[in-house]
Amino acid sequence: MATGTATRSIDARGMPCPGPLMSLIGAIREGQIGDLIEVLSSDEGSKTDIPAWVTKAKHDLVETVPEDGFARFIVRKVR
Amino acid sequence: MPARIVVLGGGVGGTLTANLLSRELRRDAHVTVVDPTGMHVYQPGFLYVALGQANGRWLARDERLLLRRDVELVVEAAARVDHEAGVVHLARGGALPYDYLVLATGARLLPEQVPGMLEGAHDFYSLDGSLRLREALRAFDGGDIRIGIAGIPYKCPPAPVEFTLMLEQHLRERGIRDRSTVTLLSPLNRAFTIESASKLVQPIMERRGIELTTFFNVEEVDPVARTVSSLEGEKAEYDLLVLVPPHRGQQVIEDSGLGTTGGWIPTDPATLQPRTVDRVFAIGDATDLPISKSGSTAHFEAPVVASRIASLIRGTAPRESYGGRVMCFLETGNRRSTVLRFDYEHPPIPPKPSWHWHAAKALFNRLYWHTVPQGRIPERFGRPSKDRSGS
Repeated sequence: MATGTATRSIDARGMPCPGPLMSLIGAIREGQIGDLIEVLSSDEGSKTDIPAWVTKAKHDLVETVPEDGFARFIVRKVR
Repeated sequence: MPARIVVLGGGVGGTLTANLLSRELRRDAHVTVVDPTGMHVYQPGFLYVALGQANGRWLARDERLLLRRDVELVVEAAARVDHEAGVVHLARGGALPYDYLVLATGARLLPEQVPGMLEGAHDFYSLDGSLRLREALRAFDGGDIRIGIAGIPYKCPPAPVEFTLMLEQHLRERGIRDRSTVTLLSPLNRAFTIESASKLVQPIMERRGIELTTFFNVEEVDPVARTVSSLEGEKAEYDLLVLVPPHRGQQVIEDSGLGTTGGWIPTDPATLQPRTVDRVFAIGDATDLPISKSGSTAHFEAPVVASRIASLIRGTAPRESYGGRVMCFLETGNRRSTVLRFDYEHPPIPPKPSWHWHAAKALFNRLYWHTVPQGRIPERFGRPSKDRSGS
């Protein structure tokens, strides 16, 4: 998934938990169905929190990409 | 000519900063506090008022009585900051020029942002809300109580957990616990933002039969059907609903172009200066810092801001910086409390809840008026290192 295709990108690197997840939740709240939201997070907790929340909220975790010192999550707003 | 320092906001951070500056600089500065109400409110007390354990009268005092005599108090709302001109425009048309500005404007509560919240839910984030909740609890004779959070960030992160645990005790003492359920609807996958504190409180909640629903980000309240819905698609029925209202930075910050997302001021975590302007400092709930919005945060930030401004006025390099220090009590009910002491680098290691910490909180509630606003709490108080020694 290339970064350029994301509808919105959130750089939450350096933000402690629960900042990255709450930023994603805020973007989902404001976004439209079908939007692709990219979250960059260096917080270790995001690796479990973000996939768990996306599953519970019935959205789609399109991809998780480990990068150097952070992870890139791509989430599609499904409903 | 004395330096003109204007402090917007007469809460913990604004009052303490003004008093410290006045004490340190004396005739080298003229300090003015601008506050829309002129009343200083001890917000941690709302919790006790809601649960019928305290009278609302001890929660508010005249700000004038808490300020040093040489600090001027202007009881009026600030409408806009014109930083290029170095002027604060007041709501009734006046203007205050400044050389240094401290933004201690706090947070706004916006319950109207959640459909149905004003009609269907209670809160303990204002004195009025706490008094209404107290009456609702008096009339409550059993049923389902849900406690939820309608937006992060919010002031005093432990408060919803404290309220939940103390409410459970309240219901037991009234003899209606067996016909009531208590559920905490948490926006996260745990009870509390801080993981170490969650690990402490979740087993306590479980032992007391308090239910925890995770990933419940409040979206809407239906006051007729008595249901609360989440962004995640869940719906919970209630007989009594208590919600933390959504928070946002103050209007004056947004109208002055000083806020970003949510109206919070983008602030340097060490110098406490907004990143976009000089000779300005931000403190307490108004900032976007990744740390608790609480009086304790403002309390530990104020000496840093006062010291840095004093250095700038004297022409020396500011040396003090803020390390993210916070100390707050967490009431766990049954007359027990724990304490959270942490900073940017060190998460809290909360001790086992004890009567000792509960008594310390009760004492602090009483001593607040005579210590914190005047800067009489010793500097070493609340250092996170104490927990690290294993005590």
